[in-house]
Parts: sequence; C-alpha cells; structure tokens
Amino acid sequence: MSQPPESPKVSLFVTCVVDQFYPEIGESTVRVLRRLGVDVDFPSAQTCCGQPAFNSGFWSEAIPLARGFLKTFAGDRYIVAPSGSCASMVRVFYEELLHDEPDLLEKARAVAPRVFEFSEFVVDVLGVTDLSSFVGQTGDTSDRNVTYHEGCHLRRELGVTTQPTALIEGLPGVQLTEMEQVDVCCGFGGTFAVKFSDISTAMLQDKIEYVQATGADTVVSCDATCLMQIGGGLELNGVDVRPVHLAQLIDERIGIESGISRAQPR
Amino acid sequence: MRPDTKNFKRGAAKALGNERIQANLLGLYNGFDRARLAAADGTPDWELMREQARAIKAHTIDNLDYYLELAASNVEKAGGTVFFAKDADAAAGYVTDLALARGVKLVIKGKSMVSEEMSLNERLTDAGIEPVETDLGEYIIQLAGETPYHIIAPAIHKSREEVTDLFEAKLNSPRYEEITELAAEARRQLRDKFIRADMGITGANFIVAETGTVALVTNEGNGRMCTSMPRIHVAITGMEKIIPSMDDLGIFLRLLIRSATGQRISSYVTTVTGPRHADDEDGPDEFHLVIVDNGRSRLLADPELRESLYCIRCGACLNACPVYRKVGGHAYGWVYPGPIGAIVTPVMTNLADAKDLPFASSLCGACREACPVKINIPRMLLHLRKEVTEGRKYPTERNRSVLEALAMRLWRLSLSSPAALSIANSVARVLQKPLLRKGRIRWLPPPLSGWTPSRTFPAFVRPFRQRWRG
Ligand code: SF4
Repeated sequence: MSQPPESPKVSLFVTCVVDQFYPEIGESTVRVLRRLGVDVDFPSAQTCCGQPAFNSGFWSEAIPLARGFLKTFAGDRYIVAPSGSCASMVRVFYEELLHDEPDLLEKARAVAPRVFEFSEFVVDVLGVTDLSSFVGQTGDTSDRNVTYHEGCHLRRELGVTTQPTALIEGLPGVQLTEMEQVDVCCGFGGTFAVKFSDISTAMLQDKIEYVQATGADTVVSCDATCLMQIGGGLELNGVDVRPVHLAQLIDERIGIESGISRAQPR
Repeated sequence: MRPDTKNFKRGAAKALGNERIQANLLGLYNGFDRARLAAADGTPDWELMREQARAIKAHTIDNLDYYLELAASNVEKAGGTVFFAKDADAAAGYVTDLALARGVKLVIKGKSMVSEEMSLNERLTDAGIEPVETDLGEYIIQLAGETPYHIIAPAIHKSREEVTDLFEAKLNSPRYEEITELAAEARRQLRDKFIRADMGITGANFIVAETGTVALVTNEGNGRMCTSMPRIHVAITGMEKIIPSMDDLGIFLRLLIRSATGQRISSYVTTVTGPRHADDEDGPDEFHLVIVDNGRSRLLADPELRESLYCIRCGACLNACPVYRKVGGHAYGWVYPGPIGAIVTPVMTNLADAKDLPFASSLCGACREACPVKINIPRMLLHLRKEVTEGRKYPTERNRSVLEALAMRLWRLSLSSPAALSIANSVARVLQKPLLRKGRIRWLPPPLSGWTPSRTFPAFVRPFRQRWRG
C-alpha cells in the first residue's frame, strides 16, 4: 500500500461469529482503530460472508450471502475484519465461489484489495508496529506472558506472518513466548470440528499441550474461531490460560475508556 | 488395491487410539517435515525453482498427448516396448502375461505406488509367479500382508519391535535389537532373490520424453539392482510422470529429494534408457514401459482438478498435514493417502464412496505450503466438496445429507438480513438457556454434538450490532 491517507476510513466487517458470540472483540477492534486515528463505521446491513456454507460444499447457499456482503461493503472505504479467515474468504475465496457469476465476481475483485485483517491493517496500512506510544494511563500495566497462535488462513491465505507478533512485542509489559508447532492448525476448520470431532479434538489436545508448555498466562490469536476452539478446550480441561483476541490484548494495554466490559472469549 | 474408502472414520479412530502410531506420526513432523524446511532453507532460489517446476508441469500436462507420444517413440527407438494401460486391470494383465510368456518364476520389485493401484503382487501370485518387494519398507509391508502407510515411507507405522516380531515369525530370524541388524537380515534374504530373479519391476519417478529415459530415485540401491540384474525390466508409471527434457530433470530431482526426505541428493539416482545396448556392460535384454491411466484422464479433463497431475509424489504434503499426522495412511482406504490422496482417490476410484475424504480437512493449507510444485490442494478440496453436495460430475447423484442441507438453508435464511439475524439471535438465546452452565454451553444436540465432548461452546449474547452506537 502507498501512503495512508490522513484519517483512514474503515468499515468494520465484524464477522458473524464475533457479532453473535464475542461482541467484545468487535468493540476492542473499534477502540484500538479509533485510538490509532482511524475513522470507523459499521455498515449495519452486514451479516456473514458465507464461508461456512462455502466450506461445506453448499455454494448455492453461500452465493446469496456473498452478494449481500458485496452490496453492503460497496464504496471505497477499507474493510477491516478481526479475523484472518473471514478476510481471506472475501479476498481469496470469493474468486472461487463466484467463478460462474461474472457480475458478482467483478464486484468481488473490486472489493478484495480493500479487505484487511486487523493486524495486517494496523501494520501494513497504518504503518504502526510499536504501540508503546499509544499506551495510556488507564491501561493494564501488569506483566503478561503470552503465546501466539497463528491462524491458518491468516498465514497461508493472506500471507500475514510477522504483523501480529510485531504488534505483541511492541506492547510494554508483554512477554511473548513462541509455542511449539505454532504454525500448525488448532483443529477448528468450521464444520470439520463437529463432523470429524475425534480428529479435531486430537489436534486441539496437541495445541493445548504446546500452549501449556510455554508457561504463558494468555494465548493470543487473530481469529475468534481459533479462540473458540482453543478456549473451549482450555476451559474443559481446566487449564488456566486466558484466550484473547489480539485486538483485546492491545485494547487492554491502551486502556482508553474504563468500565467497558472486557469479557474474555472462551 | 481394492478401495475401502467408506470407512475413513473407523480407520481414523483406529489410528487415533494407537499411541505408538501417534508417536511415529508425530515423528513425521519433527523428522521429514523439519528436514524438508531445512533443506529448502539451504537451497538458493528454492521459491523460484518451485515456480519453474510448476510451470514445466503445467505445460507438460496441458500437452500431455504430445509428450506421451514423444516419450513412447523414444523408448521404442532405444529398443524398449511401451504399453499404454487404460486401467489398473489392463496394466496388471500386461505385466502378468509378459511374465508368463517369458517363463518368469521370480520377480523383484522396486517401490511403485502404481503397482499398488494394480494389486500387482496379488495378480502375479495368482499366476504362480513370486513377487518380492526389495525396498526395505515395502519388504516389511509385504511380509506383514499390509498396504503402504505412506507414499515414501511405507512402514512408518511399524515399530522396531514389531519388525523384529515379524522377521522372527516369517523368516525364522533371531530377535534383532538393532535396526541395522534387521536391515542386514533383509539384505541377506534379498540377495538370493536378486540373483535368481527373471524380471525386475520398478516404478518411475520421471519419464524424460525427449530421450525416453526413466529416472529412479532410491536410497537403498535396490532400484538399480531391479533395473540391471534380471533379464527383463518393466517400469510402471502413471501418465503424469512425464517431463519434457533432461534439462528439466535437474530441477525436479532437487525439488523431489529435498521435499521427500530433506536430503540434497538421494543415495542413488538411476536413469534407464531402453534395454542393454551392445556396448553396455550389463542391463536387461528387454525393457518395457507401462504407462497407466486408471482414472487420471478424469483428473486431466477437469479444469479444477487438473493440477493434481503436477504431483511428483514426494510425500511432503502428508508430512505437513496435521490430519494425516493423526489418522495415518490406512484410514484413507486406497493407495494415496493424505492431502493429495483426498483429491485423487475420490476421482480415481469413486466419489460417492470416498466422500468423507475431501471433508476430512480443516483447510489449513499446510499441504500447499509444503508442496514443491505448489499444488493448491485446499482449493481442490473445496471444489470436490461442492461436487459432493451440489455436483453432477463424479457421482451420478448428489451425496448431500438432507438434514445438513436443511440446516444450511435455515442457517442461511437466518443470515439473510439483519432483522432475520436479530430474530435468530433472540430465539437462540432462549433455546440455549437450559444448556448454559456459568455462561458456557457444555452439551450440544446433534448435529453439533461432536463439539462438546472436548470443548465448551460460547453462548449467544447480545450481539455487537445492538451494542454499536456509531
Ligand atoms: S501434492 Fe505436492 S507435496 Fe503432495 S506428494 Fe504431490 S508433489 Fe508432493
């Protein structure tokens, strides 16, 4: 990307999972972006990008949702999602899904370059990696030992590998310890997690083991769905490691407003 | 090999319940997969080579008819015979008939996955001919009466103790403690076979069209014995193994060997062009090349799946795959397991039976990242999934579950507008009440019941859209 404009304009693509289960991740995303000088709006017609249907082979159910997305997010604002997976659905997979829908495909191609995952947007578009100057009086200053779980679509579809850890390392008081097999899937995979529950669980058990082995008190990810998987496993196994989204971790450190719910995703 | 693709879940459960297999599979990550990464790291222009190899493959597969003819005519010019086999049965028939016609009693075999497609050992045995596998892993598998677990490490699921037991039971050998002793025993057993065999059968890692040359990559030297000692050499290969010229071979050898084992070069690279020539010191009197289709034309004809024919069978996607590393090779139910198997098996056998395979993936993309020819496996899995639920291409009828289709429709309708979503949210928040324990869901009904045995599930809450105030 070239030079960012004075006050970048962003439409938040909150994603259905964050909307319904983890609204606090959406709130943190908005607060952090605003603190970084971004003009954020929320196109209220948005629902879901269609990924669950697309991944399950029900392309005919996914296409109407894609159509809705493309209509909602027409225009020229950046589109930022607190999810590598949902961002890659729009940026990468609409190309497949809409292959035989020339009109929609054209729209998808126009939208794709404006779509960013949260950490990618902050680092690559805003050009911010060192967040220490944004950390405020009301922020959490306690020492934290965190480990980062790399989301698969974030890494391999969007090619976002260094941005999240750069942001984490730029946070005062936060110590980052890399886990073993950091780039290996947590086993979520959408309906895979229930259709092949045994396999998904075995992958999750490994992930939990590697998270624990770091001694971290917090596991950070850029995808709510990874946190749903890892957090759900941590809770059932009684492991005292807090799953948080990167936007939440930053939000807590920056501490812009007090008294706002910061319920953790599990 | 008769496909048994319907029982993926059962096979997976079996492997998941076996601690030793789990440990061996984990070893693939720490062993082969890390070795591959280190080898790639140490190779200048690795990414460029991948791109180039992919371009060569794309060109060759797009012009496969031309290159197959060129290869065949050059093999014939070098004094060899070429047989194009429409399917596995025709290929096995050709080899068996040839062996019978030449009075062959004993066949030594190098590693060949295509011969597994053909159930060649069974066919030869039925005809009264003894086939002996000479690759150590394959030898173990043959003794055990099993099928390969991995395309380059067929006996990866077996422990040293199991091989000791097997050798004791089948060969009457002492109880060896060391792997080197076991290998030495196999070598002793095989030496006599090498000397007595009338026919050597190998696969082919590559066929060079321009020269009619077969290239073989091995670490044990058995491939070279099979191609040079018996009086007849038969190379069997899938039709996608063609590359245009000797110039291309270098890049493919570099990519294949590094991706397979992390070695910079295998112990042996053998190239064979026709039978023994007048000025050769050794070599077979006869050379036959069997080029097998067996469903590959269907992959070729499908623009979405064609790139699966770029595969050089290095096994890197298996080692990189977190699902393969849990379920192992036998669960996939046919010759090719893992990510590439999940693409080619349903098309080469039958998608209706193998419909679990494309779904048994979290779409993490580790396979594509590992693949030396950058085959986009997740993209093809998505297309096959669509074929299962909506398609008409491979199965004659759709294979979607009615319940799932209904659930998908309801789910989509609930997302058709913000108003619908608000209603769905309110309904869900009422329905979930009896399931909530401390704000978390600990039990879910089918079809989501698979979630809760190992994970809690978050509750629906007042959604972001209602909290947003601009
Ligand atoms: S698909 Fe790629 S990684 Fe997998 S075996 Fe084939 S060449 Fe190797």
